Amino acid sequence: MADKKKTNIILFSGDYDKAMAAYIIANGAAAYDHDVTIFHTFWGLNALRKDEKLQPKKSFMEKMFGKMMPRGANNMPLSKMQFLGMGPKMIKGVIQKHNTVPLPDLIDMAKEQDITLLACTMTMDLLGLKKEELLDDIEYGGVAAYIAEGEDGAINLFI
Amino acid sequence: MNIDKSLDAKGIACPMPVVKTKKAIEEIESGQILEVVATDAGSKSDLTAWCKSSGHELVDMNEDDGVFTFYIKKG
Repeated sequence: MADKKKTNIILFSGDYDKAMAAYIIANGAAAYDHDVTIFHTFWGLNALRKDEKLQPKKSFMEKMFGKMMPRGANNMPLSKMQFLGMGPKMIKGVIQKHNTVPLPDLIDMAKEQDITLLACTMTMDLLGLKKEELLDDIEYGGVAAYIAEGEDGAINLFI
Repeated sequence: MNIDKSLDAKGIACPMPVVKTKKAIEEIESGQILEVVATDAGSKSDLTAWCKSSGHELVDMNEDDGVFTFYIKKG
């Protein structure tokens, strides 16, 4: 099919539930044969973080940020009903019960469906996140990369 | 109706029925029929809309006690 439609999602939020919504829409759009890109910026970058502990060279402030932010999709908090960590445990139980796909699996599926996962380099610098801390096989870019995709996007979302 | 391929999408939730249907339809030829069986209540409108937008024809659909069966002809 020539001229595929495009879906572009900006994932700004670092909340598990919001990221899940973003990734469900992205996977759905890919099933519609759209060219799909998810731009991860600010807290949304944490969805791309590897869950292992890595110690790249960092300034004091960057180390503090690194410690305070969740390492990877599975460790992200909920936007509501966090309850000191009980909320995410409960929601993951409910996800399993309803045969819904948990966030880390949605991210794997996005890769299988050739969805472009893009990390915003400017906010990576601000939060002190290094490339080796993020998933492999992702792309890097800035606002121009988003505009280039977004200007002829059929669907553009900010989550 | 001649069914060329059948997909069991029972018990799985959004977005899986549509994602799996897309994968399955890639494995058949144009004009062939794909049968999809799903239990997700949203799949009725999801798959109807998906067929319309992706150029496939929803030949028939029936619902029996919460189980939806779709017959999709590849476009």
